[in-house]
Amino acid sequence: MNGAARNSFVLDGEEVTFLPGQTVMQAALAAGRYVPHLCYHPEFKPHGSCKVCTLRVDGRWVTSCTLPAAAGMQVESRSEEIDEKRRTLVQMLFVEGNHFCPSCEKSGDCKLQAVAYDVGMMTPRFDHFYPDRPVDASHPDILLDFNRCILCELCVRASSEVDGKGVFALSGRGITKHLVVNSESGRLADTDVAVTDKALEVCPVGVILRKRVGFAVPIGARRYDREPAERQALRDAPRPLDRQPKGAE
Amino acid sequence: MQGSSITPADRQRRLDAILERHGKARTELVQILRQAQEPEGWIRPEAITSIARALKLPRARVEGVAGFYSFLHVAPGGRFRLRFSDNITDRLLGSEPLLARLCELLWVERGRTSEDGLVSVDTTSCTGMCDQGPALLANGWAIPRLTMGRVEQIADLVRSAQPVERWPRELFVVEDNVRRTDVLLGANLAPGEPIRAALARGSGSLREAAFNERSWREAIEIAPQGPRAVLEELKLSNLRGRGGAGFTTGLKWEACAAAPATPRYVVCNADEGEPGTFKDRVLLASCADLVFDGMTVAAYAVGARHGFLYLRGEYRHLLAQLQAVLDRRRREGLLGSSIGDWPGFDFDIAIHLGAGAYVCGEESALIESLEGKRGVPRNRPPYPVTSGYLKQPTIVNNVETFCAAALIAVRGGEWFRGIGTARSAGSKILSVSGDCARPGIYEYPFGTRVAQVLADCGAEGTQAVQVSGASGICIGASEFDRRIAFEDLPTAGAFTVFDETRDMFEVARSFVQFFAHESCGFCTPCRVGTTLVRKLMDKLAAGLGSPHDLAQIVDINHLLQSASHCGLGHTACNPVMDTMKRFRPAYEQRMVTTDFAPAFDLDGALARARAMTGRDDPGAHFGNSA
Repeated sequence: MNGAARNSFVLDGEEVTFLPGQTVMQAALAAGRYVPHLCYHPEFKPHGSCKVCTLRVDGRWVTSCTLPAAAGMQVESRSEEIDEKRRTLVQMLFVEGNHFCPSCEKSGDCKLQAVAYDVGMMTPRFDHFYPDRPVDASHPDILLDFNRCILCELCVRASSEVDGKGVFALSGRGITKHLVVNSESGRLADTDVAVTDKALEVCPVGVILRKRVGFAVPIGARRYDREPAERQALRDAPRPLDRQPKGAE
Repeated sequence: MQGSSITPADRQRRLDAILERHGKARTELVQILRQAQEPEGWIRPEAITSIARALKLPRARVEGVAGFYSFLHVAPGGRFRLRFSDNITDRLLGSEPLLARLCELLWVERGRTSEDGLVSVDTTSCTGMCDQGPALLANGWAIPRLTMGRVEQIADLVRSAQPVERWPRELFVVEDNVRRTDVLLGANLAPGEPIRAALARGSGSLREAAFNERSWREAIEIAPQGPRAVLEELKLSNLRGRGGAGFTTGLKWEACAAAPATPRYVVCNADEGEPGTFKDRVLLASCADLVFDGMTVAAYAVGARHGFLYLRGEYRHLLAQLQAVLDRRRREGLLGSSIGDWPGFDFDIAIHLGAGAYVCGEESALIESLEGKRGVPRNRPPYPVTSGYLKQPTIVNNVETFCAAALIAVRGGEWFRGIGTARSAGSKILSVSGDCARPGIYEYPFGTRVAQVLADCGAEGTQAVQVSGASGICIGASEFDRRIAFEDLPTAGAFTVFDETRDMFEVARSFVQFFAHESCGFCTPCRVGTTLVRKLMDKLAAGLGSPHDLAQIVDINHLLQSASHCGLGHTACNPVMDTMKRFRPAYEQRMVTTDFAPAFDLDGALARARAMTGRDDPGAHFGNSA
């Protein structure tokens, strides 16, 4: 831990060391300290749209997934006020779309659901918007159910950066912002998407679904049934070889 | 205009010409889409595919850009698109009955296209004609000073299918309405004078040093002369940005000049979208040379070769005359290569036309739009001064800021800082509109009291003034001795007057609708929060409100302030918070209970059924079934 004093900040009273180039959240996760998040994914450049990782640095509200870590920062991530803000943001995501967990085949594998549990969301709080978002079942092997989209852009990023295809993009603006696919017909069947695409794998919610396998794993034995979002995020956080997560054994 | 007679081959030929003209450059995407849309009022799916192929972009990306801007359409609408400016000032001047009348005359429902595909009538965010409203855009061309007579005339023209280009010119005359001038509007500088003054600051022996192009373009310190001298003069002047944020211009330019990367860019932000603001329209209409002089001085100071004027789509009526000014300046040696016979001082300006997106007034969103993308604000840092247009050092300044900089180049920083107050140097141009006898443009030294402006514009019985537009601050009569200054009432220029007959709740509601419409949708709090607030205000307006709803708005405001991605979200609740604080009775009279009332309106839910069956009798209403 050479140079720890120089490359470190204080997170909720405890020292967290960071490497140059890490953002506050990357450093926190690598150090075994969880910050709730939805649009962040360790394999992609953070872009900071969901704002669930909002916290305070030196008294200022910031987006921790995009803010470069700096020495001496005083970071506050755990307080009733911050928890309340995160809860409200997740509630907003629930009411702007059409999320019916009990009948959703992604239930238990859904990060939105997991984070909602995580931040202690008990009610939707606001009136639902009930948007009209038709599904796209045109593709033989993949279903698109836009009702559950939280606009995290992970599929957009994955399709362009990993798959090299650009199957997905965002259109519209404001509350009418929505996902579009790369075909003149607007149908997924007319794109070059494949079931093996990274874009399918990264969807945190139940928008991009492989057909006919929805219930292969029974509810109760799914990803977030086995392990809460927090533990998975800490386990998946990239960290240098010489640094082991605190208590991750 | 005659969409049906165009063959697919014609369309492709036309599109190819547009693509060629723009060098198939991705940065030109918004311009290409605008022009591709011209003949038929919408962009066909096959056109999007062609454009994507030519620009080597995924088709979905091109569609996503087109879908972002209000004035770009990927679905057919009317051959005539009539859009009423929907600022509160337009409503005060009676835009709503005029819109209803036009719909009636044309047999079309608001927001829909007529059965024959001839016309659609809808609203759009403030078009910057507040001093001569109500106004509308006919296929993008501004028509101010609407009256019932004008509405009937427009209906006749539409029915006779006369192309907008052939409508009587007098419909499109936009007035300047300059009512008070001060140091800037009264400057009367000859075109190029600021450039000559700036170059003169680097005269004498050091002119030789400047002849070594690298020395000034890369901002190598060459003694307190040349570009350095211009920067020092600007810093001395204490000029702060006129777009609202008030950042010190000299520091911005200096940071850009000091950024090691080249090329550097100068961008003029003429995306004047703040409701109630129209002073940049007047500056561009009547002082374009001063604007371009300011940009050229900036180019000299920071070492830039390329400049952009980002002109909001609503001001397309200014485009041809601005292009003509640029052409004349090229002929006069005020743009192009070796400006002012200064070897290596090369600079030119291109105009980019926006396409209807308020958020593009935010500098990093504006840069994204200039690059041909969706106008979503960037994460910062890095800031544009080090990583802006195409990740190169870029300064973005307001139209008025460049004018003031041009003035400083001629008169000096010492002179400028002597005007206004200690913390707000110079003058401010106000766009005055609303309930007053003489709406228009008023230039005052900073430090002028609100009461002075009200007296000058002939406002009587004033209840409130909205300073700096929707994102600004709303003040009541007890505060009219406050001053227009960064340290008291900072403003981007809007000054909207409301007399005591006005309902301040409706004023706030109109601004809330504006923000919900203009949110870019990137971040959760702003995307969802602005719509939640709009719905809560609609609930109050419907007489279904309760204190619980006000508490919700207060909570959402806190969230937007702390978690939004950019200033739009940070300020989106200001109109409600200000009016709630100062004009609370306007809210309280709308409460049905002192506790909670549900938003779901049983009778309202039957409205669609009533419309479909053409019924409106008592039996078609909830609770009247007997």
